[in-house]
Amino acid sequence: MDPSTTVIAGKSSLRNLLSVNDLGADGLHEMMRITDFFAEVSARPIPKVPVLRGKTIACAFFENSTRTRLSFEAAAKRLSADTMSFGVSGSSISKGESFKDTIMTIDSLGADAIVVRHPSAGAANQVARWVSKPVVNAGDGSHEHPTQALLDCYTIREALKEKSLSGLRIAVVGDLSHSRVARSNVLAMSAMGAVVTLVAPRTLWPASLDGWPVHEITCDLDPILAHTDLVYLLRLQVERGAGGLLPSLREYTATYGLTARRAAMMPKGALVMHPGPVNRGVEMSSEVAEMPTTLVGHQVANGVLVRMAVLYYLLAGPEGVDAMDVSRDASVLSDAESASLVALDG
Amino acid sequence: MADVLLRGGRVIDSNGERRADVLVAGSKVQAVAEGLSAPTGALVLDVGGCIVSPGLVDLHCHLREPGQEESECVETGTRSAALGGYTAVVAMPNTDPPVDSGSMVRDLAELGRSSLVEMAVAGAITVGRNGSRLAPMAEMASLGVKIFTDDGAGVQDSALMRNAMEYAAGIGVTIAEHAEDASLAAGGQMHEGSWSSRLGLPGSAAVAEEVMVARDLALARLTGARLHLMHLSTAGSIALVRQARMDGIQVTAEVTPHHLSLTDGALASYDPNLKMSPPLRSAEDVNAVRAGVAQSVVDAIATDHAPHPLEAKEVPFADAANGVIGLETALAVALTVLVSGSGPFIADVASGEDACVEGASAALGAPPDGAVGASGLLGIQELLALMSWKPARIACLDHSQGGPVVPGSQANICVVDLDAAWVVDPDRFASRSRNTPFRGWKLFGKVLHTICNGEPVVLDGEPQR
Repeated sequence: MDPSTTVIAGKSSLRNLLSVNDLGADGLHEMMRITDFFAEVSARPIPKVPVLRGKTIACAFFENSTRTRLSFEAAAKRLSADTMSFGVSGSSISKGESFKDTIMTIDSLGADAIVVRHPSAGAANQVARWVSKPVVNAGDGSHEHPTQALLDCYTIREALKEKSLSGLRIAVVGDLSHSRVARSNVLAMSAMGAVVTLVAPRTLWPASLDGWPVHEITCDLDPILAHTDLVYLLRLQVERGAGGLLPSLREYTATYGLTARRAAMMPKGALVMHPGPVNRGVEMSSEVAEMPTTLVGHQVANGVLVRMAVLYYLLAGPEGVDAMDVSRDASVLSDAESASLVALDG
Repeated sequence: MADVLLRGGRVIDSNGERRADVLVAGSKVQAVAEGLSAPTGALVLDVGGCIVSPGLVDLHCHLREPGQEESECVETGTRSAALGGYTAVVAMPNTDPPVDSGSMVRDLAELGRSSLVEMAVAGAITVGRNGSRLAPMAEMASLGVKIFTDDGAGVQDSALMRNAMEYAAGIGVTIAEHAEDASLAAGGQMHEGSWSSRLGLPGSAAVAEEVMVARDLALARLTGARLHLMHLSTAGSIALVRQARMDGIQVTAEVTPHHLSLTDGALASYDPNLKMSPPLRSAEDVNAVRAGVAQSVVDAIATDHAPHPLEAKEVPFADAANGVIGLETALAVALTVLVSGSGPFIADVASGEDACVEGASAALGAPPDGAVGASGLLGIQELLALMSWKPARIACLDHSQGGPVVPGSQANICVVDLDAAWVVDPDRFASRSRNTPFRGWKLFGKVLHTICNGEPVVLDGEPQR
């Protein structure tokens, strides 16, 4: 059940990004490499390239989101694609239009790729069955959030100045049972070589870890901190503290919250990450949030780059990726031409 | 009504197997012997090599009338039943409004006039199926109701269930339970286990069923009531019933074709047509349920035919309605996965599995089998017992259903070609709904003819009305 043994979509066959497993280890490394390229683009005075000019990317968000939606929209715009955005409030969903009808409407309006977020697990898989265009899962219930895992791995790689996460000891802490971020990150981090330990109270463990490529799972955070290079804190929905799954938020914070005291137990230079938005004083204290080794801001910035890479990969195809390699310094993607195209767009 | 002569079949019933022609005259079987000659004007059907069996009896189907006619109605549901070889069905009372009073039973009897097969009606245990007050069971029993259930949900209040059993024991009717503890199952969209953990779908644990099975068995022991446990799906439930039998508790149990043929791994496709209650379970559970069938712990295979319109299934998984249809596939699925000698079906079922776990690569990890192949656990007569004469006894329909095919018996008969292979195409179903988990499966065993009270309601696989 190790994901590395599953059938990995080669770069020629990746049609959708529904799960980290669609990429596999090779695909993850490839995506990191493409992201490096877009990082360079984004450092230019005009951080925009015309590679998806004329393409339309639809962001269909059936669940509220600020950062993921803005991040996908920013990524599409930097690739010169047009965007169509849809959110649950102010849409026909509130008039009773069905999920499928909404998707088919977006399809008919001429989207070239559909980015989907939905509170139900498997929603992006369903969309991929209904439309023939590339589908990107931007979070489906408690299932997966693959671009979050990509941006997290990219951020770790950047912080370490290493190409892989080989041997990195990562603790993923929090609401494992309900977390799509945990599912995607466990697959991605482990495929990139990290050794992952899961930490949570028993009531927030998944029912089974069969198929989860993890080193161990424990209820006890303190003893592992001295052997942990990176603590990845999951967001806790505050309603979990209502007494059914957790006695109280206070008890959760006392047991699992990353305080300055706990951070001091970690090796020097150990990293802290969180997918945001942070509940300060719950998952981590304000002191920890402000530490230079806490990478939350980098995660957000890298989100745009990774999503540029994903959209480009799915829409330009492997030929586009190859062309990009040979034309890195060529005029197709030069600042001057980007600038002129931006001017034309204007 | 013309006489019907079934020529050259293998008659299999509770008396055993023999090669004989069967002559049906009026509503009765007139003669069973080799070399019968056809009376003038008789319809002669060559059934050489085919099984001639007492008609099948379904203990558990939802005909949706009144109130949910967009899904099914008595006419379409019983046409679907006839095509599946059934000559009698027990309609569940969770209609809208539910069957919880004498007047509703009378209404259903009126609706039953459009039925193609014999239709028995189950009554609700509690008023409105709300689980708070006993429904007038004696009044409904006086109108012929033999089975009472709040199916769709279990009776959560243990004291009320005890009283329902006491009352039922007093008037000689059966309490049938949808065994599911609502608090343990709350929010569950599939079986809780390794697949739910990977797929991120909220799980409903096996114990949600087993806790209620254990409670009901204890109450049945206390009250002496006849208890029928519906759609059992877990290894633990089967073990509890096995023990209860040894302890002498009056209990019967049914399982469904889908819980005998599919595991939770199939959910990797997130296909809402695989969402039902109880959910598809683990491979260990499927094997235990099959062992329960083989070892006679289980008394009946029932469809839990639960039609839903497309708009209730083509929705996000979390919002999809629970339930699958099964009347037109039950016998073939059971033959294909349980009975040896029905054909080279292991490879063929495996190809159905491919269809049903499509999209599995999107799940975490590699998929295990979503479909489970043939096991050769049962002989054909044992399977027919589970689908005809045993359920007929549980439903108290054995005066007209499930009896041996002998002169003078009621002519409720189905004819099955065991060797015929077919591919499930829901667009050809007579049911008003399409929510089958078996789309595209290649199955063995096709119902050719169904004769209900002497009337050929299905001939050559085609409904006659």
